[in-house]
Amino acid sequence: MNESLEIARNPERLRRVAIDPVSRVEGHGKVTLLLDEHNHIRQVRLHIVEFRGFERFIQGRPYWELPVLVQRLCGICPVSHHLAAGKAIDQLVGVDRLTPSAEKLRRLLHLGQLLQSHALHFFHLASPDLLFGFDSEAGKRNIVGVLEKYPEIGLKGVKMRKYGQEVIRAITGKRVHGSGAIPGGMNKALTKEERDGLLIDLEDVLRWAEEAVALIRQVYLANPDYHHHFAFIRSSFLGLIQDDGALEFYHGGLRAKDEFGRPLFDHIDYREYGDYLHEEVKSWSYMKFPFIVSLGRENGWYRVGPLARINNCDFIATPLAEAARQDFMAQGDGGPVHSTLAFHWARMIEALHCAEGIKELLHDPDILGRDLVVQGEKTTEGIGVIEAPRGTLFHHYRINEEDIVTEANLIVSTTSNNQAMNESIRQVAMRYLDGRELTEGLLNRIEVAIRAYDPCLSCATHALGKMPLWLDLVDADGIVLDHLTRNSDGETAH
Amino acid sequence: MTEKLKVATVSLAGCFGCHMSFLDIDERILDLTAVAEFDRSPFTDIKHCGPCDLGLIEGGLCNSENVHTLREFRRACKLLVAVGACAINGNIPALRNPIPLKECLEESYVHGMGIENPQIPNDPELPLLLNQVRPIHEVVKVDYFLPGCPPSADAIWKFLTDLIAGREPSLPYPLIRYD
Ligand code: SF4
Repeated sequence: MNESLEIARNPERLRRVAIDPVSRVEGHGKVTLLLDEHNHIRQVRLHIVEFRGFERFIQGRPYWELPVLVQRLCGICPVSHHLAAGKAIDQLVGVDRLTPSAEKLRRLLHLGQLLQSHALHFFHLASPDLLFGFDSEAGKRNIVGVLEKYPEIGLKGVKMRKYGQEVIRAITGKRVHGSGAIPGGMNKALTKEERDGLLIDLEDVLRWAEEAVALIRQVYLANPDYHHHFAFIRSSFLGLIQDDGALEFYHGGLRAKDEFGRPLFDHIDYREYGDYLHEEVKSWSYMKFPFIVSLGRENGWYRVGPLARINNCDFIATPLAEAARQDFMAQGDGGPVHSTLAFHWARMIEALHCAEGIKELLHDPDILGRDLVVQGEKTTEGIGVIEAPRGTLFHHYRINEEDIVTEANLIVSTTSNNQAMNESIRQVAMRYLDGRELTEGLLNRIEVAIRAYDPCLSCATHALGKMPLWLDLVDADGIVLDHLTRNSDGETAH
Repeated sequence: MTEKLKVATVSLAGCFGCHMSFLDIDERILDLTAVAEFDRSPFTDIKHCGPCDLGLIEGGLCNSENVHTLREFRRACKLLVAVGACAINGNIPALRNPIPLKECLEESYVHGMGIENPQIPNDPELPLLLNQVRPIHEVVKVDYFLPGCPPSADAIWKFLTDLIAGREPSLPYPLIRYD
């Protein structure tokens, strides 16, 4: 494919153009392009400069802190980290089945999370590109612009997100970083008043979700060829799946399909993930590159998230979303849908499924149950896997006899899409930018491709210029707090 | 019509949760955009901060780029606000402070489970990591501190409406808390 664009020969002779920061994504990343004197593209990279070291510094903490500690990895999908860690610590205390009420509360919480995150991404971050055009005026290309020009659409997005956040608040006490999962269950029952409060706006939310599917369908099909080929790449897909092949977000086996839709593996116990997935490190990014072991480093990369889940499942268990899925799959001519922009469409089908799922759970008598915790025999290893909004999320912990975390491995969803995002922007660069004078609108196309993946890049970056690198940390009064340099081995010295 | 208040926001070494809490003002965003406009922010495509009345900073400092961006904000903004625990004291990311940076990097990129091609990423495009995560007031003057992880939408709203109305911002006691 575009792999040759990963490493340019003689980079020092090329001109560097940076998109920094990539905007309207969650967190902070940058893209660098290297061009020759005729504006031909020689290298394209999405750099993730995030490094926070969670895997190391949670070692030494008691295991029950994990769900509230690790959710601070991400303020957009804190619930997904909270629940992945929660599932891992269930195993640590020897619990493999929660009470029906506890499990349903967790599922409801997770659906609230997916709904708010999908709404945020589609309406607040991505819709300006889709509604105004990829090279529309940069100053208006944002949610405020949408609220001005299409107030009805913009406000619907604001309210859908609000509803998902309210589901989370009812269960965990806070919209961002509340607490719910404890070893073997949940810490608080849902009251009848809270349940009834959530029922009030539910029918509206369902209608808005249906309208959102119709909106992205209409936008996509208004220019089907263009949207189909934009940032187009073919890939394998990975995600959790229910035993009967239904779309699943909370708990299931691992399924991977190749680019033709043929199974690579299916219904794998996710505690075996280490046999199926490895991660490669590349020198130019803090984000690792996971791959399917049987396909190897070169060809084993895959995609996760809404497009992967909709492609991978055999059906969706709720009727409105299932009808939307069937309509969507027609885009794939019998095989998986590969188009990168189809991520948005798949995302809204999932949002519709969330609204339907929330309705089912709110009407289930178990949701008000008060029997919330079970106990078991302690073990020393726990692996929790969940489908976060952006894809499959792995949390893996080991503890010692003193209940202290001694080892941790996290594969966050966006990491799994690392290679795919790089491939997609290389495709865009070759198709639309190569040999041309770069304009803001052309560069925005690179970001449009990245946004389709809804990456969560937390943390910051900026071009630093040439080595050697040095930094003086000076306080507000001009006093030097620290002085750092990086030598050619990449080691930091003081 | 009078000039709108210019507001810039940025996430440094944070989790984006403070930005989410900001969006949790929900429909009140319409009241806000009636009197204020966004400059650089993760929600707009403005990549560098122009002159602004107000800069909201989420997250502490974990690398040289954070420091660079923070200084850009300080130069551009009349008022600078540390939003949330990470900006105020480093918060959870600062749990790495007692651990040598090299150990943190090796855990993730060299000794971790299922790693191939182990190496510590090292490229001129990657900003230099600070050996410890720092709160922002150690590097620039900060005008206001909004506590919480994250501060609730109501706390953020109270702060903004006070400021817009020309009052000295103050939070009632129940809005001042971490969790
Ligand atoms: S203060 Fe809390 S919510 Fe805000 S960025 Fe830090 S961890 Fe996230």
